[in-house]
Amino acid sequence: MRVQVVEKILNANDQVAGLNRVKLDEKRIFSINLMASPGSGKTSLILQTIQGLNARMQIGVIEGDTAPVTIDADKILAAGMPAVQVNTGGECHLDAVMIDHALNALPLGNLDLVIVENVGNLICPAAFNLGTHANVLIASVPEGDDKPYKYPNIYRGLDVLIINKIDLLPYVSFDMEYFQQGVELLNPGLVTFPISCKTGEGIEKWIDWLQLRVNQQKAG
Amino acid sequence: MHEMVVTENILNIATRHALHAGAKRVTDIHITIGQLSSIVDDSVQFYWDMISENTICQGATLHFSRIPATMVCLECGNEYKLNEDGLRPCPSCSSFHLKPKTGEEFFLDSIEIVK
Repeated sequence: MRVQVVEKILNANDQVAGLNRVKLDEKRIFSINLMASPGSGKTSLILQTIQGLNARMQIGVIEGDTAPVTIDADKILAAGMPAVQVNTGGECHLDAVMIDHALNALPLGNLDLVIVENVGNLICPAAFNLGTHANVLIASVPEGDDKPYKYPNIYRGLDVLIINKIDLLPYVSFDMEYFQQGVELLNPGLVTFPISCKTGEGIEKWIDWLQLRVNQQKAG
Repeated sequence: MHEMVVTENILNIATRHALHAGAKRVTDIHITIGQLSSIVDDSVQFYWDMISENTICQGATLHFSRIPATMVCLECGNEYKLNEDGLRPCPSCSSFHLKPKTGEEFFLDSIEIVK
C-alpha cells in the first residue's frame, strides 16, 4: 500500500528556524547568518563591524565551530559584546536547533543585532535555514574568482555579498569581472560590498546597510 | 556533505507517516531530489542501512528520483535545461538574469507499507 507523504526532508529544521525568527522579531532584533570558507575573514569582519558601529548598538554574536575551541568567542568578548560559542561536534554546518539554544544563552532583551558566524564551509550551511533575516557571504580575493561557478547553491540564497581582502587585488590573479558575472548568473542584482578588513576600506558602506536594516527592524 | 542528518530526517518522516497509517513495516521509500540539491545518493544509502536497523523501516528500499534543473530567463522568458557544464547566460538572448524553475526539490514523496 502506497502512502503519499510529500514532506520536505529538512522540514523539521525549517520549523525550528521559523520559531527562531518569531523569537527575534518579538524582540525587534535584526539578525544575519554570516557564511564563508575558512580563513575568509568572518571573525575579522565581525570585529570591524563592532568597532565601526562604535557602541551605537548592542550586538550578540553566535560563533559556530566544529571543534571545541573558544578562540573566536573570546575575541568578541574582548571587544565588549556578548558571545556564545556553539560546538557542532564535527558537523559541517549550524542548524536551527543550535541557534535556538544559543539565542536562549544571549541577553536578547538588550540586543539590537545578532550575528551568527556559521562554520567555515561553502556547501552545507546553504541548505540549513537558521531563521535569521539575511544571508551574508564573504568571498575573499585569495580564494579565487571561480567560486560562484563551483559553489552555486550558496550564492543563490544570498541577500548580501561581501568581497573581502581587496587590498590583495594587485598581488593575486583575481578577475573581478569573471567573478561578478558568475554572481550575476546566480543572483541578479545582489547587494555587494567590496571591503578590506585590513585597511578598513569599504567597511563604512556595509555598516550603513546594517544600520539601516537594524533601524527598519526596530520600526517594525 | 551532511548526508547523515538528511538520512535521519528521512527515517523520522517515514516512521511518523508509517505509524500514522498503521503500518507493520515499510518496504519502499521514494525520495525526489532536484539536480541543484547537492546530495549523494550512495552516502544516504550507506547511512540508511545502519540507522534503519531495528526500526519499522528496516530493509526498506530507497528510490531516488532526480529532477533536472530548468532555468527561466527573466528577460525573454526562455526556458532551458541546465547542462552538466554548469552556468551560462540565456542561450536565446544572452541575459544573465535567470532563475531556477525546477531542480531545487528535496522531499520525501511517498512510502510503501505493509499492514
